[in-house]
Amino acid sequence: MRVLVVVAVVLLVVTGCGGLGAEPAANALVTMGFGQPDEHATARVAVFRAANPDVDVRINEGAFDEQQFLSAVAAGDPPDLVYAERRKLGSYAARGAVLSLADCVREHHVDLGQFRAAALRQVTHRGEVHGLPDFSVVRLLIVNNPVVRAAGLDPAALSTTDWTALAEATDRLAVLDGNRPRRIGFDPKVPEYLPLWAKANGVDLVRGDEVHLDDPAVVEAVRFTTDLVRRQGGWASFKAFRDTFDQFGADNAYVTGRLAAMPMDSWYLNTLAANSPDVDVTVAPFTDRAGTPITESSGQAWAIPKGARHPDLACRFLTTMTNADTWVLAATARRDALARAGKPYGGTFTANRVADERIFREVFAPGGNRVLARAVPQVLALQDKAFVVEPSPAASELVRAWEGGVNRVLTGRQPPDEAMAQAQREAERALDRVGGR
Amino acid sequence: MVTASRREARAGWLFLLPWVVGFLAFTAGPMLFSLWLSTTRYDMLKPPEHIGLDNYREALTDDRVATALWNTLFFTALHVPAQVVVALGLAALLRRAGRAAGFFRTVVYLPVMTPPVALAAMFLLLLNGQNGAINALLGWFGFTGPNWTTDPVWIKPGLVLMSLWTAGSTAVLYLAALTRVPAERYEAARLDGASPWRQFWHVTLPGISGTIYFTAVVNTIASLQVFTEAYTMFFGARGKESAEGDAALFYVIHLFREAFESLRMGYASALAWGLFVVIAVVTAVQVRLSRRYVHYEGERS
Repeated sequence: MRVLVVVAVVLLVVTGCGGLGAEPAANALVTMGFGQPDEHATARVAVFRAANPDVDVRINEGAFDEQQFLSAVAAGDPPDLVYAERRKLGSYAARGAVLSLADCVREHHVDLGQFRAAALRQVTHRGEVHGLPDFSVVRLLIVNNPVVRAAGLDPAALSTTDWTALAEATDRLAVLDGNRPRRIGFDPKVPEYLPLWAKANGVDLVRGDEVHLDDPAVVEAVRFTTDLVRRQGGWASFKAFRDTFDQFGADNAYVTGRLAAMPMDSWYLNTLAANSPDVDVTVAPFTDRAGTPITESSGQAWAIPKGARHPDLACRFLTTMTNADTWVLAATARRDALARAGKPYGGTFTANRVADERIFREVFAPGGNRVLARAVPQVLALQDKAFVVEPSPAASELVRAWEGGVNRVLTGRQPPDEAMAQAQREAERALDRVGGR
Repeated sequence: MVTASRREARAGWLFLLPWVVGFLAFTAGPMLFSLWLSTTRYDMLKPPEHIGLDNYREALTDDRVATALWNTLFFTALHVPAQVVVALGLAALLRRAGRAAGFFRTVVYLPVMTPPVALAAMFLLLLNGQNGAINALLGWFGFTGPNWTTDPVWIKPGLVLMSLWTAGSTAVLYLAALTRVPAERYEAARLDGASPWRQFWHVTLPGISGTIYFTAVVNTIASLQVFTEAYTMFFGARGKESAEGDAALFYVIHLFREAFESLRMGYASALAWGLFVVIAVVTAVQVRLSRRYVHYEGERS
């Protein structure tokens, strides 16, 4: 009897834990990393559900969690679909954590030519696409017109082409109280935007299986951008001041005049348009030192993890979600919802060129919003001029290496050449470790 | 007699069984697994590959391990004494609260209930060097506060300041200990002409030294594993490089990033065992010191 009790207790404990991960039904499609905050998501999921009424789509709400995803893959219990930053998915593709979509794309007659080349490059590994790009974000300059005019400068003339002129303009635009900034003249957005500054100076940080963090042109870009910060009170004060900005509110730094100009992700234009529609800004491309517009592309993509239970259903889902017709339906739903709330619709920037063309021809309804009127043509024009940091199995470590290098310069711990030489060594070690070359 | 005792022993083991099974399955098992994993190269996507002690050798020469360990020990050295002093002060005040003691006990303990992530978000605002409330307070007294959240020199002191938010949990323990110090000892001390300071030093402190010792050990172990608040404040969901250099790179943050950003589970396991050894050594030193400085009731002094 006692033995029975002991066995029962052990079984209870053990099976109690085993019962947490129930086997999903045959027609269940589980996603990870995808939320449904607005019609862009809900309307597209509705399109799939309408076309596949027998499929039980289970949207695991919430942002992508790397730890959760990798644990699920390692435990042999991955979701059917994963939605994450393309940079991250490119790294997973290189490590074999997500499946090639070559067969999926062929069977569903997906025209990969419709997708923006840069976005597709981020999820392509050894010539095979491993994810289908979703949204597309580019980086451009947003200039605060009243502030720049008040300093006696022409907002249209403010550019990143002539670095000496930019440094001088920064000095004129910045307002300092001792070493405490009261207005940022120009925020170079480093370390995050280092790939853009390096590209503007003629260098790709990652080329094939090589990194070029200690390239003299990269060091020069680091020196220039960190010097811009130094001129504006130094990193500690500069960042503490920037941290006070109400980025998503009606009293953002453009409205309060606490910022004159900065490069920024294109999604911010919609935020500005919605929260401060009357703000007077110039939207211009970021240019290299020869004056040619350049931009870095980012965004999310859909992929199918290794070991997914329903790869065929997953393929059907991601091709539906990124299809031009689906995007147009979602954009229309979004526009109508905003119209009901009395707000303008600034368009939807996708990684599907055909979808964008139709959305901005058939659906776009800026409603006289001047931020949108100035911004949208610029964003559209930049989409096909974008570059990306090439995918690498050590992507996270490479970013960590160069951001760490720039941070050491910003905080005064190392000069630029020494910091980037160390970053180069760290990046090379990371690449050697993962067998990335 | 023997039979009854054996029966009781069996019953005892039976009651312990759920814990034993849980310990073996969820603590000892994973620990042994991580010990084995620490001798492998494992990225969670391919099978582990045995590499002997390479991970430990690398940890000994990894600059970031040295930085992270220094940051962690520095934080611990500031945090633990500060926590003890503030909690003791709070407990002393609570002791004098009289009728309102229950209310104030609740008020002092309430901050402990704040989720760490919310706490971190709140303190990012409070500690802001430009318009944070803490610098505003210092400004009233004529001080210009530092950039607590962006100046590498002030980041760890800022985190220590934030950690005092939860001093209430330790204060409640001290309050319980203070009420157990026999009143006649204070009476005797007063009759001998002892000043309040001497009473505190010779009566109160020895009387609650057991509790202080306990909280010092527990707080030390917790601060050597500090993670959530610092990660939320300085590294964030994007897994970016902290913009403040490595000033907030604590040991467990480095371990976590090696595991889940660089996918180096073997190396991260070796780091975990390294921390285990550090904690064991620090605790052993504390145990050793306790023989000299900690007094328990009923012991000969």
